Amino acid sequence: MLSLLCAVTVMTLDAAGGEDSPVQPLRTGAVAVFGPLQTGAATAFDPVVGAVETIGELRQLRDENAALQERNDELAAELATTELDRNRLAEYDALSEASAIGGFDLVPARVVAVGPAQAFARTVTIDAGAADGVRDDLTVVAAPGLVGRVLSVGQHTATVLLAVDAGSVIGGRLDRSMELGFLRGNGSLGSDGALSLDLVDPDAVPAAGDTVVTWGSRGGAPYVAGVPVGEVVQVRTSAGEQSVTASVRPFVDMSAIDLVGVVVGPADSAERSFDRSLP
Amino acid sequence: MIVARVAVTVLLVLVTVTAQVGLFAHLSVAGVVPDLALLLVVAAAIVRGPAYGTVLGLLAGLCVDLAPPADGVAGRWALALAVAGWLAGQARGDARLSAVATVVTVAVSSLAATSIYALTGLVLSEPGVSVARALEVLPVAVLYDIAITPLVVPLAMLVLRRLDPAPTRW
Repeated sequence: MLSLLCAVTVMTLDAAGGEDSPVQPLRTGAVAVFGPLQTGAATAFDPVVGAVETIGELRQLRDENAALQERNDELAAELATTELDRNRLAEYDALSEASAIGGFDLVPARVVAVGPAQAFARTVTIDAGAADGVRDDLTVVAAPGLVGRVLSVGQHTATVLLAVDAGSVIGGRLDRSMELGFLRGNGSLGSDGALSLDLVDPDAVPAAGDTVVTWGSRGGAPYVAGVPVGEVVQVRTSAGEQSVTASVRPFVDMSAIDLVGVVVGPADSAERSFDRSLP
Repeated sequence: MIVARVAVTVLLVLVTVTAQVGLFAHLSVAGVVPDLALLLVVAAAIVRGPAYGTVLGLLAGLCVDLAPPADGVAGRWALALAVAGWLAGQARGDARLSAVATVVTVAVSSLAATSIYALTGLVLSEPGVSVARALEVLPVAVLYDIAITPLVVPLAMLVLRRLDPAPTRW
């Protein structure tokens, strides 16, 4: 009985306290303990997870292997042009970097823990924290586009609120018409993890296929401007409402994110950053 | 002995809470992962009774509430798991529980804990919590907990019994 009262007390204190909640030190302590544990566990479990996936793929791999061997012979003949292809690829890489998330300084991080659906919040832990220059309200991106924003920071880990979380609101801009709107998550990951876009201008009609990028806030927090978020897949207009609602599919597959980057600044200010000289 | 008992229990809580968001995130069904902390609490309650189950539920729940990537008001899992621990403790008879009785205990506790967590979310109007969504998640969560029970609960009960072979006989 006492335990139940205790739980209710903690809840009341935390709910009433807000940012200065007396539970905050406890939370900081828990982050200090569980953050490194999660990072360690992710490293330790990596071979296990890999092995499980490998077993499932064995048969498929055998077929692929036969096909690839055939292909290999053909490709040997084309080897002479490899250098050209490599240069082309490097150019493409540079181009996509410049258009997508270029110009920002990123702190690379891996996702080490994912919040369960039972908790109703779409959050993940990444293995970069205050020691790596990560702060609250920084934008988190992956190669295809926006992932979310930093919610809280531990010494070596940080919690990220995914864009598809039901509590997430992001200012967005349509690339073709430059119209502004707000993107809200629907709380589900995977194929039905869509964002709804409410445009400010009721006369503006987004088209399916339009790309939505972040609108950006003052000082780049919580979201920097110009990061691709997703693609408009469906448009709904209802007579009674003031605005048009479009359904946006995020570019990033939120159920399978691994390597992400935290945008720490526009210039070379990262304490730990991508080494661009690597091939 | 008491130090060893507390140390092993703390270790079990740390392992379950970490595995739940780490390893099992790779094995999620529609985003739902098995509630390992709940299974640990149920196992403890079956072995040691409702009082122990409730206290362990409170502590393990607090860990789940505070460990990243948890967000929102703390204390909700603490309440949910404390109730689950108390419920599971009621199932303890003098005789050892049969396998079926254990599974039923897990099912009831899991249903209670997940519901309480969702309900407190509704009361506190946390974002993302809706009745429809809760009804979607509930059956998956309970079924997954039951599915993983044979792998976790007997092991946890074995460890807890080793720690304290005959807790109630004096």
